[in-house]
Amino acid sequence: MNTNEPAVTIAFYVFSALTLGGAAGVVFGRNMFHAALFLVASFFGLAGIYVLLQADFLAVVQVLIYAGAISILVVFAIMLTRQVERGNEWNQLRGPGLLLGVLLLLGLLFVLTGTQWYTGMGPYPADTVSTLARQIFGPWVLPFEVASVLLLAALVGAIIIAREE
Amino acid sequence: MAITLNHYLVLSAALFTIGLYGALAKRNAVTILMCLELMFNAANIAFVALTRAVAPQVLTGQVFALFVITVAAAEVAVGLAIVLAVYRQRRTIDATEIDLLKW
Repeated sequence: MNTNEPAVTIAFYVFSALTLGGAAGVVFGRNMFHAALFLVASFFGLAGIYVLLQADFLAVVQVLIYAGAISILVVFAIMLTRQVERGNEWNQLRGPGLLLGVLLLLGLLFVLTGTQWYTGMGPYPADTVSTLARQIFGPWVLPFEVASVLLLAALVGAIIIAREE
Repeated sequence: MAITLNHYLVLSAALFTIGLYGALAKRNAVTILMCLELMFNAANIAFVALTRAVAPQVLTGQVFALFVITVAAAEVAVGLAIVLAVYRQRRTIDATEIDLLKW
């Protein structure tokens, strides 16, 4: 895929707008349900960004886990806590938080655009899935096993915490 | 105009900032968890974009992004379970009213 194609540029801006617009909808929306749906839109935009970055496996994982599983969990939590009618309120940090956010964004932009990144360390692999598999089951096999134990512990912990007495 | 590494990093920074603002300034605990997810995703964009530019042979950033997604799934499951438990005890999930440990 040639990254200089105008189609890639257009796709990047469309997916970025979807991602950032969805995120803004989560934060600035008034309705909790709409916030959850905006979150799904943001996750789908991110999956498109991953496709543009040639991370095909991650794009599929993003749709399955984030847009599928996590958003369902969030909708369940919204339904079960019946605070939908109170809306998506601000707390007393609305002004200071905005100031901190703008300052952080300016600092990050300054650092990111000013840094000379190391690039061009060889060609991108034609097949990311087999490269990822060789990495995960090669040098990263111990973190992989620890992650499975973490998921089991989180599963058991979530059941214990959330069950009725 | 070609899309460079900086475009993705700026997108990541903007998404992280929106998530941070929401996590700081919202009352509803579920919204705070959603904003945490946005911040995880912002970090993932930076990982994937940087690994394509810096280490495309080994894809370390994509491996890391997969672990981030795993840990985020565990985090959101336990976090939402805690939210449900708090709601059952106190009939509210307003983060400013959950002040049991506040002096």
